[in-house]
Amino acid sequence: MSIENTTATLAKKEKEALFSAKRRKLITDPLNDNNPVTVQVLGICSALAITVQVKPSLFMFGGVLFVVTMGNVIVSLIRNLIPSRVRIIAQLVIVASLVIIVDLLLKAYAYDMSKQLSVFVGLIITNCIVMGRLEAFAMGNKWWPSLLDGVGNALGYGLILVLVASVREIFGSGTWLGFQVIPQPVYDLGYVNNGLMILPPMALIVVGLIIWIQRAKNTKLIEAN
Amino acid sequence: MKPLRNMMEKLEPHFKEGGKLHKFWPVYDGFATFLFVPGHTTHKGAHIRDGIDLKRTMITVVFAMIPALLFGIYNVGYQHFQAIGQLATASTGDIVMYGLMKVLPLIIVSYAVGLGVEFGFCIAKGHSINEGFLVSGMLIPLTCPPDIPLWMVAVATVFAVVIVKEVFGGTGMNVLNVALTARAFLFFAYPAYISGDKVWISLGGEKAVDGFSGATALAQFTSHGPNITNPVGQPMGFMEGFIGLVPGSIGETSTLAILIGALILGFSGIGSWRIMVSVFAGGYFMATLLNLLSSSFPDNPYLTVPAHLHLVFGGFAFGAVFMATDPVTAAQTAIGKVIYGFLIGAFTIIIRVLNPAYPEGMMLSILFMNVAAPLIDYYVVQANIKRRLKRVTVKVA
Repeated sequence: MSIENTTATLAKKEKEALFSAKRRKLITDPLNDNNPVTVQVLGICSALAITVQVKPSLFMFGGVLFVVTMGNVIVSLIRNLIPSRVRIIAQLVIVASLVIIVDLLLKAYAYDMSKQLSVFVGLIITNCIVMGRLEAFAMGNKWWPSLLDGVGNALGYGLILVLVASVREIFGSGTWLGFQVIPQPVYDLGYVNNGLMILPPMALIVVGLIIWIQRAKNTKLIEAN
Repeated sequence: MKPLRNMMEKLEPHFKEGGKLHKFWPVYDGFATFLFVPGHTTHKGAHIRDGIDLKRTMITVVFAMIPALLFGIYNVGYQHFQAIGQLATASTGDIVMYGLMKVLPLIIVSYAVGLGVEFGFCIAKGHSINEGFLVSGMLIPLTCPPDIPLWMVAVATVFAVVIVKEVFGGTGMNVLNVALTARAFLFFAYPAYISGDKVWISLGGEKAVDGFSGATALAQFTSHGPNITNPVGQPMGFMEGFIGLVPGSIGETSTLAILIGALILGFSGIGSWRIMVSVFAGGYFMATLLNLLSSSFPDNPYLTVPAHLHLVFGGFAFGAVFMATDPVTAAQTAIGKVIYGFLIGAFTIIIRVLNPAYPEGMMLSILFMNVAAPLIDYYVVQANIKRRLKRVTVKVA
């Protein structure tokens, strides 16, 4: 009786629009209010390691976008088949396969970039954002919202990555995406590129400054105490 | 004094609650209490008040630095005229004048930028201004080479004050030493301007004499062991390092001038003598130890440098007296101070001798121990609790 009732209500429920307000939030939330890097503080290692220049961080964003979106969709599709006691290992197998695809694609079509990103492509598998989304979202949602969630989180991650990389590349090398942005006359006046920007500690400090600015603007992020 | 006082009193209403310039109350308050002893009295709870406050503490440290500063000014000029071969013809006035031309702008930039940032933060947050930067602002130029571009000093000062001090809550809350962080920033951001052989002597665009070398004593230790020379090729030993007419950062060269400061700090109780003594002890111990091992490592001549030379060359004395004793970032317990100081000295020598990339290790080892200081204190306090607890349980049993 009760089962029949629930099925009836489910069937009666109107089909949710493809981009309903709730689903749009899946994409926009991770950009600011629930940013995986600056609010959840996940995926910091890669944010430190590959943000010396903008280009590698764009590639890294691409890799994470692919892995987290595809991973979310696949896990969401087979979520009812995975026994919950072995779900982590099942998720790992899926993520690892996807990461290997990204790695081989980079090796085939962007060898220089693959060299530059080196071990950090393989380390996408340990990126907490990926596992976090699989575990927290894809295991309990249908494939379309999971896809949106994956895209949103990858965008939030990529946004911070590119911001950090822009600051580091402009002040550390005087370029942006490889183009000279600090003009030669400035160097002639005695300006020198900041070597500390190229070292990993500065990435952490830049992330910290971004968090500072974000919290100053978005006061609902500030904890009650 | 009287007209100044009248002026301050006349200005006061504007800054008080409801006045036009109330926003800038911290600035007024900062200046007023800097000039005159404030009439504040305790109005909450019981406090023991001493005549000594933060301002008096800070100004004592600044006084203690003056011998090193004056000597540094003289030495910048001395090194300049020695390098261009005109030492015999240059008068003392010329030497001091040249030094002043180099050092004063550094001090002005450091104070102006640092205090500007600090005032800005105090106005924005409505805090009262305190004098934490008086010492940092003097320390920063003293740890720089004479020819460093002024804008670099400004950038480093902003970085150090904002990231290391204000972010953590202002004076008294910082984990790392502010002045040393500024120097570390310069060291890693602009290494060509604060390390190597070219930067320690200000040539002022003139041609150096034949056979001139700008290498510091520590840089020579890495290749020649204890047999070092001054920039014009005369041999240098303990006395030269102790007096300090050698190339180096502005304030660090003269161990003698620094020791005068150490006496002021030690006797007034402003700087901890425990830390100063234990830094020297730690350095001496580690250098002697490495000395004994030197025959096992024949390809590193730095190991053969005797301990007493380690203590007088480079920034060892300056760091031990003015940097390690910073009461905010050092260990707080008496035993903790000894451990903290000893490890600073020991790590400095280890970095100097065993890491070829850094001929000097004082800065890095103090910053490292700044981070470790709370841990040392924690274990010292815990050990004390455990010791006393044991006594209690024995009595109960």
